[in-house]
Amino acid sequence: MSDRNTEAKWDSNRARHWMAAAARAMTENEQRLTELDSAIGDADHGGNMRRGFQAVTSALDTAQDEGQLTGPGSVLTLAGRTLISKVGGASGPLYGTLLRRVGKTLGDEAEVDPAVLSEGLRAGVEGVVKLGGAAVGDKTMVDALQPAVDALESGFAAASQAALHGAEGTVPLRARKGRASYLGERSVGHQDPGATSAALLLGALAEVAGDE
Amino acid sequence: MSERGQVGLVLVSHSAQVAESVARLAQDLTPGGGHAPLAAAGGTPDGGVGTSAERVVAAAGEVDRGAGVVVLVDLGSAVLTVRSLLADEDELPPDTVIADAPFLEGAVSALVTASAGGDVDAVRAAAEEAYAYRKL
Repeated sequence: MSDRNTEAKWDSNRARHWMAAAARAMTENEQRLTELDSAIGDADHGGNMRRGFQAVTSALDTAQDEGQLTGPGSVLTLAGRTLISKVGGASGPLYGTLLRRVGKTLGDEAEVDPAVLSEGLRAGVEGVVKLGGAAVGDKTMVDALQPAVDALESGFAAASQAALHGAEGTVPLRARKGRASYLGERSVGHQDPGATSAALLLGALAEVAGDE
Repeated sequence: MSERGQVGLVLVSHSAQVAESVARLAQDLTPGGGHAPLAAAGGTPDGGVGTSAERVVAAAGEVDRGAGVVVLVDLGSAVLTVRSLLADEDELPPDTVIADAPFLEGAVSALVTASAGGDVDAVRAAAEEAYAYRKL
């Protein structure tokens, strides 16, 4: 990918492409997420993520038709609100808070620099940490998200790689937050489904960031 | 006491049956005839186990009499859903708060206090004090 591409501004269309790419990734990986979640959770993560992001893309289509999407901030705020209202598991409020916080950081601008989106992602992950109370090492989505935002200075592709690496690193961990924490030692040896879906969301971002 | 109505209560559980049963029990244990407005927001709209933000928002609107709303929650996504709704100022009625309280005991204490005319701080405190009730 060229410098010109990675430095391109983010407008509402590009933000919608990110959400569409995320919806595709969640759909393609639904079974894998559900399998991971059946090992240490309640086997609903794949379906929740697919349904949640499909609801996001359809809410965005409607809002686009009605002329409500004036910039990337409005796209991501609506995406976040949709996840909170449509997903019955903890992933809804957590991913919803993440995206809504990104959206609010971007504000009402018609387009923003990638650096502003990075700033939004840092604020979003802070919001997730505050809401869920998880730290790195607790075997949650934070194990993918925190390394990702720490790598943002090197670009979205680097952040995506860091998220993947972080998700893989949850395998030997013992869960200390979320449903899996009820399992104690039995959670060891399985990759965390939330960290896995977080890496998919960052992967979709990197895909769209390098795509134009 | 102000001229505003009573504080409303919302019980958010992963299970519709749990939320409704705890609401019923709290009403049965509240002395006197009338009790403060109370709504159960349990499960998902398709009848499954989980938390529905839409149900929480509807229930809070239903019990809001202008005096504030106290929300009690059970586990995991119920806690996170309500806290994420509270972070967005326009989702829930003004003066809506979450009680950091045991679900059943807190619901009973909160309903008794709200029915007696306690304000939103008193109702939340009553729910949270339920943690202090030792069983041994």
